[in-house]
Amino acid sequence: MAKSIDVSDLDIYYGDFLAVEGVTIPIAARSVTAFIGPSGCGKSTFLRSLNRMHEVIRGARVEGKVLIDGQDLYADDMDPVNVRRLIGMVFQRPNPFPTMSIAENVLAGQRLNSKRMKKKEADEIVERSLRSAGLWNEVKDRLDRPGSGLSGGQQQRLCIARAIATQPEVLLMDEPCSALDPISTSIIEDLIHELKTDYTIVIVTHNMQQAARVSDTTAFFNLAGVGQPGKLVEHGDTSTMFSNPADPATEAYIQGRFG
Amino acid sequence: MTSTLQTPRPESGASPIASSLRGRQLPRWAPRALVAAAVVLALVGVFGPLGSWLVLVGWCVAAVIPIWSLAVEGRRKATDRLVTLLVSTAFAITLFPLGSILATVISRGAPVLSNEFFTYSMRNIVGEGGGIYHALMGTLLITAAAAAISIPIGLFTAIYLIEYGEGTRLAAWIRFLVDVMTGIPSIVAGLFAYALFVIFFGPGVRMGIGGAVALSVLMIPVVVRSCEEMLKLVPNELREASYALGVPKWRTIVKVVLPTALAGIVTGVTLAIARVIGETAPLLVIAGLTDSVNLNLFDGRMATLPVFTYFSIIVPGVPPGPSIDRAWGAALVLLIIVMLLNLGARLVSYFFSPKGER
Amino acid sequence: MTSTQSPERRRTTPTRPGDRIFRGTSLAAALLILATLAGVAVFLTAEGIPGILASPDDVKHGTTFVDYVVPLVFGTLLAAVLALTMAVPLAIGVALFISHYAPRKLAAPLGYVIDLLAAVPSVVYGVWGISFLAPALVPLYRWLEENLGFIPLFAGPASATGRTILTASIVLAVMVLPVITAICREIFLQTPRLHEEAALALGATRWEMARLAIFPYARSGIISASMLGLGRALGETMAVAMVLSASGVVTFNLISSTNPSTIAANIALTFNEATGLTVNALIASGLVLFVITFGVNFAARAIVDRRKDFSGAN
Repeated sequence: MAKSIDVSDLDIYYGDFLAVEGVTIPIAARSVTAFIGPSGCGKSTFLRSLNRMHEVIRGARVEGKVLIDGQDLYADDMDPVNVRRLIGMVFQRPNPFPTMSIAENVLAGQRLNSKRMKKKEADEIVERSLRSAGLWNEVKDRLDRPGSGLSGGQQQRLCIARAIATQPEVLLMDEPCSALDPISTSIIEDLIHELKTDYTIVIVTHNMQQAARVSDTTAFFNLAGVGQPGKLVEHGDTSTMFSNPADPATEAYIQGRFG
Repeated sequence: MTSTLQTPRPESGASPIASSLRGRQLPRWAPRALVAAAVVLALVGVFGPLGSWLVLVGWCVAAVIPIWSLAVEGRRKATDRLVTLLVSTAFAITLFPLGSILATVISRGAPVLSNEFFTYSMRNIVGEGGGIYHALMGTLLITAAAAAISIPIGLFTAIYLIEYGEGTRLAAWIRFLVDVMTGIPSIVAGLFAYALFVIFFGPGVRMGIGGAVALSVLMIPVVVRSCEEMLKLVPNELREASYALGVPKWRTIVKVVLPTALAGIVTGVTLAIARVIGETAPLLVIAGLTDSVNLNLFDGRMATLPVFTYFSIIVPGVPPGPSIDRAWGAALVLLIIVMLLNLGARLVSYFFSPKGER
Repeated sequence: MTSTQSPERRRTTPTRPGDRIFRGTSLAAALLILATLAGVAVFLTAEGIPGILASPDDVKHGTTFVDYVVPLVFGTLLAAVLALTMAVPLAIGVALFISHYAPRKLAAPLGYVIDLLAAVPSVVYGVWGISFLAPALVPLYRWLEENLGFIPLFAGPASATGRTILTASIVLAVMVLPVITAICREIFLQTPRLHEEAALALGATRWEMARLAIFPYARSGIISASMLGLGRALGETMAVAMVLSASGVVTFNLISSTNPSTIAANIALTFNEATGLTVNALIASGLVLFVITFGVNFAARAIVDRRKDFSGAN
């Protein structure tokens, strides 16, 4: 498990509108990479292009290459559905399926694809995933209750369990804590620390302290101006980025002078 | 602004504001008491022995409120109270036909209901006796066939509109024409089915399945609209969560979107069935009427409850009494079926909607 | 437009067979609806044209089609317009009562009660109209004839059975009332709270708030709701067929025993005995009704849609 990603010269369009321009960045395996930047700078769009989720929006497309283990995600014969099985995703707002129980939510990736498995195997997956997501002890007695009955922080960990139950290579997180309270946030940050031993994690965050706390590498995105495409300004080791950034815009953003 | 606030208040008493806020008002009990009196008078008028003119007297009692208000509170308040009176009167007037229909149909239909009424057809019946078994079965069969045609077409169209066609010009046109289609007169739907079946079976064709086709024309747009509304309510986040798990779009629709919207869809479909099960005109044209039990949708005339009711009261035969009684009985049964479907639809949406935040 | 940018990539992305089948089925269903709507027009035209062209000798009614259908169109429009004149003010009042006057908790149940009125089958309305309402209205018609007989509408002689075009219109009004009420209620409830609160904050009474905030916002909605009600009233068949004692004349006399018939009622009453070209003439009259209601509904929906664009809702 856990593979590295190489993005080279990626442009993302919505129709004729160029949303993100010319991103080149390596993402190391078994590490946490954080994307920071002001609102609307394209960091979420870029994240979604890493598992082709942006294609859900009509007219969205990319030019450039995203290589995972040397394989181009955007090659002509690549099926976006298979790409997403390889690269899991956790969203801003917890979104467990309301019609499914906690256990069914965890197994959703397998069940929705009609994968047949024995009860014992299924139970193992549920327990392993929930343990990895740090939720097992809280829910083990009510696995057949609806997932929407949990608290916000628990729901988000349930969504993480659901994403890792299919054993993806990479885990993308789109502002996973922005809808949560501080305590739930810190639980999830601890969880990210534990998960990075097994997964390549990419996280988008609005919160610079969070980026500093959880990530190994940080990438700063910015807009050149209103109506201009978003760009990757610089990326590097998190401690370097926060103590001694190369670009003045990065420094201004990190010190809270804009954004 | 601040300067006016700092201007020292004139020394004309403790609270000039309070006195300007206090106007002459009707005593608080007055409107309530008058309305209560009016309602009591109206109820006595409708149900009591004194005659329905008491309803008018009751209304006049309530009408005292705006007049009194004009004298005490001034014109603006009086207008407001007058409108309140008119609007409430409009609602009361609307309740009248509903109450009257329910009362007459129940009081005249209920004595007719009996075991025989539900289990006999009208074959070889002259005068008293006989029942609605044939019409009841016909209604159930034709409506079931109409539902079997309409639900898949309607549901898949809604899926196209929401999941595939969103934002395309074709979808916008279909949506618009579905709206227009809801306005097709039921008799025109019947004529359409007739004109269609004449091509295959020649003039004078009468067939149960034709009735089902006609009802489908009326039912499909209703199903599309309600399914579309329900699919729209499914949060996009759920679709994204499913895609992110590597689930193909069609499986996402079948296993995530539809189950989430299921309660709403069932409610909408039930209401659509309730709407067409009472349709008369198209069945009159294409399904006709017969006195015998016919359970074959593809073979000749088929009796249905609404058409049976219609003919029983319009051409009652000699003596007319028993036939008219049967008409009331059939109308009551039809009304009960429709009301049960409506009630069932509400219960489904009440109990089976997915819990949790939307 | 956008696909021209990189057509090669779009086309070659593999789609799964399941997706293709599902998408195809749903598109087919949608197209089938268009085909049905076209089919209604095509089949009615195909079967109707012989009836339009038929010579007076070949049909039961013994006139040309135009002479046959014009009185029916007149009756249809008269009944529908009368019904609407009664129903629209009442429906607006009821909608306002439910949305802004009734206690908040009661609003939804009261709405259901009005919806029940829409659920009553038309044949039940017919039975009720012919055996309860019509006889009950006879004294009123006598009174109208005696006291307001100088107005041509009430010239009389008053019908002894009460089965007049006015009675039919009253039944129609009751039937379209819930349709109009439901739409008006929705629109009244959508009035932006800020507008309402702004009006109340200016010291407006509740009625002034309705005039300042609700009606301007809801005007086009009320118009299109009324037109949808009109479409419904034009096409309603059974209640009219049962209640009205029709003789196919053209008259504005609303309370006499000789009344104009309507297209829909005429079809229902004569279709079963009709043969040959008479059937075609009836289908042609149905086509005329279809065109009228289609036009009314088209206009109503167009107003609704335009309103959506302007209000920026959703």
